[in-house]
Amino acid sequence: MGFLDGLLGRRKPVRPNLDALFAVPSAAITLQAALDVVPTGQGAVAFRSVEGRAMADVEAEIVDLLDADGGPPVQAVADDFGYTWLVVREPEPDVSSVVTDLHAVNSTLVDHGFGPQLLCSLIPFTDPAGDALALVYLYKRGSFYPFAPRAGETRDNVAELKVRDLLAGELPLEPDLTRWFPVWGAPTLT
Amino acid sequence: MARTRFGIDRGLTVRMVGTMFGLGLLYVILAAVLLALGVGAIFILIIIGGLFFAQWWFSDSLAMGAMRAHIVTPEQAPQLHALVDRLCAMADMDKPRLAIADTDVPNAFATGRTSKRSVVVVTTGLLRRLDRDELEGVIAHELSHVAHRDVLVMTIASFTAILAGFLVRSAMWGSMMRDRRDQNTAIVFIVVMLVSVVVYAISFILIRALSRYRELGADRGAAYVTGRPSALARALQKVSGEMAAIPTQDLRRMEPVAAFAFAPAFSKGRGGLGLESIMATHPSLEKRLEQLAKISAELGER
Repeated sequence: MGFLDGLLGRRKPVRPNLDALFAVPSAAITLQAALDVVPTGQGAVAFRSVEGRAMADVEAEIVDLLDADGGPPVQAVADDFGYTWLVVREPEPDVSSVVTDLHAVNSTLVDHGFGPQLLCSLIPFTDPAGDALALVYLYKRGSFYPFAPRAGETRDNVAELKVRDLLAGELPLEPDLTRWFPVWGAPTLT
Repeated sequence: MARTRFGIDRGLTVRMVGTMFGLGLLYVILAAVLLALGVGAIFILIIIGGLFFAQWWFSDSLAMGAMRAHIVTPEQAPQLHALVDRLCAMADMDKPRLAIADTDVPNAFATGRTSKRSVVVVTTGLLRRLDRDELEGVIAHELSHVAHRDVLVMTIASFTAILAGFLVRSAMWGSMMRDRRDQNTAIVFIVVMLVSVVVYAISFILIRALSRYRELGADRGAAYVTGRPSALARALQKVSGEMAAIPTQDLRRMEPVAAFAFAPAFSKGRGGLGLESIMATHPSLEKRLEQLAKISAELGER
């Protein structure tokens, strides 16, 4: 937000940055090579649904669009904080097609003027021990951070920092650790 | 280019610029008066300026002390923190600290010098009365105050009023102490006093107007970030409706922080167009609901 907008008390909604998502497939290869962490073939987009008819129509349009390719159906899940998660599942654990699906969701929202409503994207992985590890993409920052949830709403910070150091050259990672907020119980992680 | 649903209220911007221009003009007038007074006045300026800087610098601890609020960690209030985390990620802003004040009066306010040093305080009464969406609307309103740097803006805006008030008093003392045979000095002091009185009166009205415009600006920002203007409208109705029923004496403590609070603690009845609406720090409930209804209609347009 610019200085003038602050002075005039008119906060503008922040536009999302969509393109960085396409760097995830190569990062997934690095993760698999170094830590034997594999993608689950799922992905999710969290956005804030807006009251009124327009948003409901856009949500229906996205579900129709992604279901039209004959793949597994897209699932809309409402979470405890009032955000909607659209979950895509690819039959093959292939990150590229997950990212393409997520991008279709994002661009449909942006085309209808709901870009500022995007919160984050989640691309889940599993490590050899069966524990979850997700890459969370913050649309407004254009940055990623790792999230490794463990039982009882705790997170494995050691694993997260290891992933950060590993992917430093490949993904724009969020430098401000206070912005690595947890997404407990997000769909695809439970 | 995709369309945008998030418009700017040009009328509000124009009114706000007008008010700020008026306040700026008062600064110039006061500066001229101070120059006329000479060295002694510069000294006064530095002292009061220092006091105001301190008030802004320590705004978080001052307001929190007055409200007996305590900071809560993510472990103590996980739901509240998760809610704010998400709002900050949506708006791409630094997360302020969160505090809870243990009082049954439903209210919330934001204070602090920068967005990282800011504190958003909610009362237990607010947490008890509002549901998740309503609470989110209220907190988004407070985060808009933080993003708009309203503590700084209002501190600077109210500087002229305090300075003018101080000048009136010092000019009065000055004219009494000086030698009465010196005609010129007496006239200078009377002029200074008159100008200061006028500046004080005008700046008082302008500050209140500015405060109301900034509340409307914060409501608008909150409606856009959450996408749910009607949840904020519900919260406003709940808080304002219930607060009118509580005796004012109990709320006296809250007056110093009223300018940054979500709803004013000392609102008495529904002000019409009279003196009360000119003096109010917050716009009337009707006006706030009207703006939110308009935003809701805009967001729902296909």
